[in-house]
Amino acid sequence: MSSQDIPEENLPAAQDADEHAPGTVAVADETNPFADPGLPPHEHRIQDIDERAASRSERTVAFLFTLSMLATAGFIASYVTIPSDKSIYVFPIGHVSAMNFALGLTLGVALFSIGAGAVHWARTLMSDVEIIDERHPIAAEPEVRAKVMADFKQGAKESALGRRKLIRNTMFGALALFPLSGVVLLRDLGPLPGTKLRHTLWSKGKLLVNMNTNEPLRPSDVAVGSLTFAKPEGLEEHDEDFQKEIAKAALMIVRLQPENIKDKQELEWSHEGIVAYSKICTHVGCPISLYEQQTHHVLCPCHQSTFDLSDGARVIFGPAGHALPQLRIGVNDEGYLEALGDFEEPVGPAFWERG
Amino acid sequence: MKKLSARRRHPLAAVVVLLLALAATGGLYAAFAPADKAQADETAQSLAIDEGKKLYAVGCASCHGTGGQGTSDGPSLVGVGAAAVDFQVGTGRMPAQQPGAQIPKKKVIYSQAEIDQLAAYIASLGAGPAIPTKNQVSPEGADIAAGGELFRTNCAQCHNFTGKGGALTHGKYAPSLEGVDPKHIYEAMQTGPQNMPSFPDTTLSTKNKQDIIAYLDAVNGDDTESPGGLELGGLGPVSEGLFGWVFGLGALIAVAVWVAARTAKAKKS
Repeated sequence: MSSQDIPEENLPAAQDADEHAPGTVAVADETNPFADPGLPPHEHRIQDIDERAASRSERTVAFLFTLSMLATAGFIASYVTIPSDKSIYVFPIGHVSAMNFALGLTLGVALFSIGAGAVHWARTLMSDVEIIDERHPIAAEPEVRAKVMADFKQGAKESALGRRKLIRNTMFGALALFPLSGVVLLRDLGPLPGTKLRHTLWSKGKLLVNMNTNEPLRPSDVAVGSLTFAKPEGLEEHDEDFQKEIAKAALMIVRLQPENIKDKQELEWSHEGIVAYSKICTHVGCPISLYEQQTHHVLCPCHQSTFDLSDGARVIFGPAGHALPQLRIGVNDEGYLEALGDFEEPVGPAFWERG
Repeated sequence: MKKLSARRRHPLAAVVVLLLALAATGGLYAAFAPADKAQADETAQSLAIDEGKKLYAVGCASCHGTGGQGTSDGPSLVGVGAAAVDFQVGTGRMPAQQPGAQIPKKKVIYSQAEIDQLAAYIASLGAGPAIPTKNQVSPEGADIAAGGELFRTNCAQCHNFTGKGGALTHGKYAPSLEGVDPKHIYEAMQTGPQNMPSFPDTTLSTKNKQDIIAYLDAVNGDDTESPGGLELGGLGPVSEGLFGWVFGLGALIAVAVWVAARTAKAKKS
């Protein structure tokens, strides 16, 4: 073992010369003004002194481990015997499935007993004498280092990397090209969405279909103060792209008294006070439909953005940055509500290119 | 007329007929030949309206106006229908104790017979939704799964996905639907009390409403079982996670501290 640059007197072995008698206290002198109090004298546990106490601890540990075994057996027994639909009342958690309760209880006891037994064993029976483990320099010894360097040089010479240039250069080429496969896969981050974010399934003439009844809506169906959700005609729930499309096209339909509508464009785009707004919050796109019919406010359950549906769905509170997009609606020849085009602005959260 | 004859089988209709007919028309009744049932019913109805008007004048007119036309303190009741009266008075929300963000549910102070009289009077002011029949609000035979879907589309945003209620703006809130009479749930959907939007039959059919009631009965009824136990208000992963982090981890830390704090030495220092 080498101790090249550590002064001999600072080595732990020298420092703790009389460490074999713990409890002795170094005395302050001129070179060392602060006395090292050293370790306190070792104190014994009752189990170290009294053999009966030690056997008691042993029995306790064995009891905990046995309890764990019983609990595991109980776990298996509960799984096999208790019917899964049986319900029992347990204070204070109330009605609970008997099987879940038994499985949880036995599993908990089994694991806890193993842990508690191990802790009790370590604390009362395993040796608790303080052990001093000395620190050593990490550097390898000079002859080991010299051998490693020599081995490396010999290996480099035998590989003939400097002489066989063809091998060397092709190897560098292979290693340099290989990461390209990872770079090419980054293409999957694209392509850019193009105009997809700006369009929904709505277009001129599409009927507003009630999501509850799957029937097209008539103006007379929508009472003042009511709330209805609509999807574009032709989009069915079993369609493969239903979730993708409804996430942009979902509509919230409410009817206000026309004289309560403060925004001129909103009134123009409504039909006899029936207004159709996007159900997707302009903050991060939560479905937003906590509608208060007396205040005409609609709020988002995620971050409490609040929109005033009587005033162009203006944001009156919260983090949303844009008013909810309104869909211009009218009535077709057969008396059904229809869209008069797509949303004029992108629905949902703002994005980089939207500006 | 059709509405009247539909209501004549209502169990309370018989009580109303009996009491009122005895009290008010006993003398006259003896003098004339027994009228047929429809006629008696009609008499009972107009009597109920009269009685309801008296109750209204005492209990409601100060806010809603002497003819139900509404004042600055209370909305007009013309056209709200019997269902709205049955909901508001039947859940104790009306008569209101004090103005505030929201009128809470409280002890019902009118008997069901009186509520029916009030409802009859308000219904006579203008056509509106009628009190639903027993069949309409019964969860028997309804589609619970469809009800769940409808509930999540139309109701869950405010009332939470199992009807535990939730907060709205400025002190308003969507109340918990636990233990609410199916009749009152039906009426609330139909009439849209306070800030709740209405869901009239034209957009949410009677069948849809029944499905929703059946769903609530299944997930939030008196006999609903909670297989996991300790549902922590049924509010979902946030409350459950918080409970796990605070109490679960807290207990682990407490045990670790307790183990390390106790000395195993024979001589305690």
